[in-house]
Amino acid sequence: MYGFELHQAKSIADATALLGKTGGKALAGGQSLVAAMKLRLAQPGHVVDLAGITELAGIRSEGSALTIGAMTRHADVAASAAVKSTIPALASLAEGIGDRQVRNMGTLGGSLANNDPAADWPAAVVALDATIVTSKRSIGADAFFRGMYETALAPDELITAVRFPVPQKAAYAKFRNPASRFALVGVFVARTANGVRVAVTGAGPAVFRSKPLEDALGRAFTADAARAVELPAAGLNNDLHGSADYRAHLISVMAARAVAAT
Amino acid sequence: MGANEPGLIGQSVLRKEDARFLTGTGQFTDDITLPRQTYAFFLRSPHAHARLRGVDSAKAQAAPGVLGVYTGADLTGVNGLPCGWLITGTDGKPMNEPPHPVLAQGKVRYVGDPVAVVVAESLVQAKDAAELIDVDYDVLPAVVNVVDALKPGAPQVHDEAPGNRCYTWALGDKSAVDAAFARAAHVTKIDIVNNRLIPNAIEPRAANASHNAADDAYTLYVTSQNPHVERLLMTAFVLGLPEHKVRVIAPDVGGGFGSKIYLYPEETALVWASKHVHRPIKWVAERSESFLADAHGRDHVTHAELALDKNGKFLALRVQTTANMGAYLSTFASCIPTILYATLLAGQYTTPAIFCEVTAVFTNTAPVDAYRGAGRPEATYVVERIVHQAAVETGIAQDELRRRNFIRTFPYQTPVALNYDIGDYDACLDEAMRMADVKGFTARKAEAAKRGKLRGLGYASYIEACGLAPSNIAGALGARAGLFEAGEVRVHPTGSVSVFTGSHSHGQGHETTFAQVVAARLGIPLANVDIVHGDTGRVPFGMGTYGSRSLSVGGTAIVKALDKIVAKGRKIAAHLLEAAESDIEFSDGKFSVAGTDRSKTFGEIALTAYVPHNYPLGTLEPGLDETAFYDPTNFTFPAGTHICEVEIDPDTGVVRVERFSACDDFGNIINPMIVEGQVHGGVAQGIGQALMESCVYDRDSGQLLTGSMMDYAMPRADDLPSFQVSTKVTPCTHNPLGAKGCGEAGAIGAPAALMNAVMDAFAARGIVHFDMPASPHRVWSALRAAQPN
Amino acid sequence: MSATLSLTVNGKAVSASVDPRTLLVEFLRDQMGLTGVHVGCDTAQCGACTVHLDGRAIKACNVLALQAAGASVLTIEGLTNGDGALHRMQAAFRECHALQCGFCTPGMVMSALDLCARHPHADEATIRAQLDGNICRCTGYHNIVKAVKQGAAAMGEGEVRHGGE
Repeated sequence: MYGFELHQAKSIADATALLGKTGGKALAGGQSLVAAMKLRLAQPGHVVDLAGITELAGIRSEGSALTIGAMTRHADVAASAAVKSTIPALASLAEGIGDRQVRNMGTLGGSLANNDPAADWPAAVVALDATIVTSKRSIGADAFFRGMYETALAPDELITAVRFPVPQKAAYAKFRNPASRFALVGVFVARTANGVRVAVTGAGPAVFRSKPLEDALGRAFTADAARAVELPAAGLNNDLHGSADYRAHLISVMAARAVAAT
Repeated sequence: MGANEPGLIGQSVLRKEDARFLTGTGQFTDDITLPRQTYAFFLRSPHAHARLRGVDSAKAQAAPGVLGVYTGADLTGVNGLPCGWLITGTDGKPMNEPPHPVLAQGKVRYVGDPVAVVVAESLVQAKDAAELIDVDYDVLPAVVNVVDALKPGAPQVHDEAPGNRCYTWALGDKSAVDAAFARAAHVTKIDIVNNRLIPNAIEPRAANASHNAADDAYTLYVTSQNPHVERLLMTAFVLGLPEHKVRVIAPDVGGGFGSKIYLYPEETALVWASKHVHRPIKWVAERSESFLADAHGRDHVTHAELALDKNGKFLALRVQTTANMGAYLSTFASCIPTILYATLLAGQYTTPAIFCEVTAVFTNTAPVDAYRGAGRPEATYVVERIVHQAAVETGIAQDELRRRNFIRTFPYQTPVALNYDIGDYDACLDEAMRMADVKGFTARKAEAAKRGKLRGLGYASYIEACGLAPSNIAGALGARAGLFEAGEVRVHPTGSVSVFTGSHSHGQGHETTFAQVVAARLGIPLANVDIVHGDTGRVPFGMGTYGSRSLSVGGTAIVKALDKIVAKGRKIAAHLLEAAESDIEFSDGKFSVAGTDRSKTFGEIALTAYVPHNYPLGTLEPGLDETAFYDPTNFTFPAGTHICEVEIDPDTGVVRVERFSACDDFGNIINPMIVEGQVHGGVAQGIGQALMESCVYDRDSGQLLTGSMMDYAMPRADDLPSFQVSTKVTPCTHNPLGAKGCGEAGAIGAPAALMNAVMDAFAARGIVHFDMPASPHRVWSALRAAQPN
Repeated sequence: MSATLSLTVNGKAVSASVDPRTLLVEFLRDQMGLTGVHVGCDTAQCGACTVHLDGRAIKACNVLALQAAGASVLTIEGLTNGDGALHRMQAAFRECHALQCGFCTPGMVMSALDLCARHPHADEATIRAQLDGNICRCTGYHNIVKAVKQGAAAMGEGEVRHGGE
């Protein structure tokens, strides 16, 4: 790890001011940032620790929506009675992130800001058409994720919370990379009053919606309908653990399993 | 076995060593920090193959905290790392043995090849300085697999090894094999790859070297399975230091699996540099360095043919293997695909004629050497995969074909040099089939099919040669070292005992098993016996722990020393009891005069030996401390049958191990709990190889694609089932403990059993060729290729 | 560059000066001498460095020491009372032969305690799934699973919920 200066932010305003002034990186749970810094892959000169900003953590159920603070740890989402009773798919998604120790440190906001192509949270945010509330504005899910490790966030902008509309039905199914345990393919399926949304993570350079699956499930929200969809492999990731063809196939399989789990 | 307290032998005594590990008070190499400690970082080649045009370390030398920067050019007077086994080729010539420099000289030959070492006040300073070293690489084309390496025009790894050949070697009677094939009723042929593995002991390699100017002596703490061998090779062959001036200590070592047998460049450079910086130097491998620069395992490509008569009797086996040595010959690399491989090709069968030819090849990859099983898993994989396929082709049941060919008369001389002393292969097969509920398999397969899943059952009846080894035989086969073991039993005046063994425990539980042997024999409490290992300054000598040799060879050396202790004790007792020595009996910790109630306890005898007031000083030395060296007269032959049941999800390609049953014959067992643990661990590594582990280098660039646990799949708790294990006993006939060894069996039997189960499941889809690992993507691809829709 | 770090380690208040780039595992091993906390990988996969941070298992190799400011850290060394008696989970590991080389063991025990706190009546499948953050290369996990079950039963309802603290 290279040397850096660590700042403990006291408030959201304090944090954004520090980020603006130093050009540094925000530190949430650190499960991706510390790992990257350790391997000397990231080398920020300044790091702004958000752990002291108590207003960033917490879960609030508001009838038609569930609001989760950016600094809420995955383990707390997984264990939350409010989450389990409103959008249980989010609790089970959170329970499947990384491993026990990672879930105890890692946060929702940190995961979204990092936008790892194999992260789980982006699939939930996109499929549920959640709103990302930042220190400056509210951003719709479709506009937030820009590409691999890229988001709509400005350098001095912080995610403060995510507002998830409560769907009629939703579920997440993940096929893990046998080595890293990240999503080789993860599919989040949601049915709402406005229709069906299907978001896929792990398979491409960043989270994306699958129109063919949304159309098929819009016609019939059944596992068989999802399974029957044949997706093109073009543009999908192709690596040691899975060819693009394999990933394309797994998207349908995982979508079917998600639907079956709703 | 001469145990006087039989209650201790065969008991699952809880381990003496556990308390320190459970409370975090173990002492691993990285836990040792010496006064004035400095830290080393190795700069490694980012290229698989390149000419070194120049290394400029001036900026690094001047960086903050730096005490020294050394490159290959600085190591004057330092020789290359030796290979401990000379293989003579079919052409009668010795193998090609190119130099293996401690730090790269002239060329780098694999990604991770050490180029320079930086020593600094802190690790961060050493790493920062390493980034300032300017290395001018002239990048050359690289070759990473054996097939490519043997092609005409392939990049040449070493000038000393034309065509990248290390040797071509053969074993067996080729003309007898050819004749048998000519009259065969059926011939089964297979082509298989034994995938390359990265050992990944959870404690990374580490070393801490220091030089004491006062007596010009060195101390090296190092993660080693065999500290005496490490010292011998380092002093006599590489650094030219007096052996008695170097003390090598292998403290608590966090797993080895073979990877910590070898003399590596890092600790050698540290010992050398410690005299130059006049400070202790510590190096601990980061996991990424373990991936790049620990010796890897396996990596064979094999074509095999089995000839059978019309009744399914094996007539002959013909095997051709190409083995990857990596970029340099590691310490025992050359003997793994030869002496420890081809000699096992008879398996448990009476196959009368066997011929095996092995070509060993250099590539631009990390050195390859012994990894748990070392040659024997590869041999078992060949034999049991081809037997499985032969059963499929002839329509004979898997167990029946094996039974038709089992060896049942012992001793049995195989056509590939080994002489099996004893075994009962039917017993293990029967018990494994019972545990595996083979009878219920058809119903389970049908039930799985209803759920759209494929089920398969696979057998592996393996044999291994352990207890390495009779030194004269090993020497005749090219070993450059002896393979005996040493043990010293030091009885203290109060009757407690310290035992010094040349074996090394890095998880095997010697501190308990060996203490059971000693306490049982001397009739004293287990708590009064401590086992000391892993220190050339305390242990007389040792060849170390590998090849499942610790109990059968190291344990026997201790038994021989115990014999001497008891013999001397009888002399002392005879004097004290005023009886003839021949009338003294020793049992339950008491020396008694036969037929009387007159006796002396072991403690009284010990005290007398050290306080010799009433003692036959004219004919007997005082003290009670005996050393023995034991050189085995034969290998030991653990054997057994493993049966694996898998279920494949064709939608995802996921293979689940539903059941794994292992019945093994390890001879006599001292501590069943520890033996079962060894089987569990071995099976897990074997399943790991078959299911998920695979080391992959990029074919063009030579970059290691599986360079971390993010890409190299390590078995976790939820990848594995619980195991069913049991044992049968035919005691080894040629060591007093009757022990054969148990450390590697799991890793030997499991890959073949699992892959035969996969092949059994695949049969429904017409797939006859498939290589490890049976990872989801590969399984799904095979199923899709077999049935496009 | 250095900062002051104040926290509680194994029940004792500690204050120390650290470079911000110091990982929690480095602080515990190098500055506190708690060498039972091990480093087995560099990608936060193996879990040998697992300690409890405010009662939750975390990987000390993937957390900055300063992230533990004001928190309470429990390491394997803090599990015993110093009277030589093993904690019930440690005892279960010994009785079930759930360790061989002992290197992954401290992290495995700390993980097991967190697991039991959340799943006091975990079955084999749950234990296996919940141990996915810890890699053991020696035991094949068979006896670790047994030990976690036995340790949880020995600790009893009240104790497991507090992660053994």
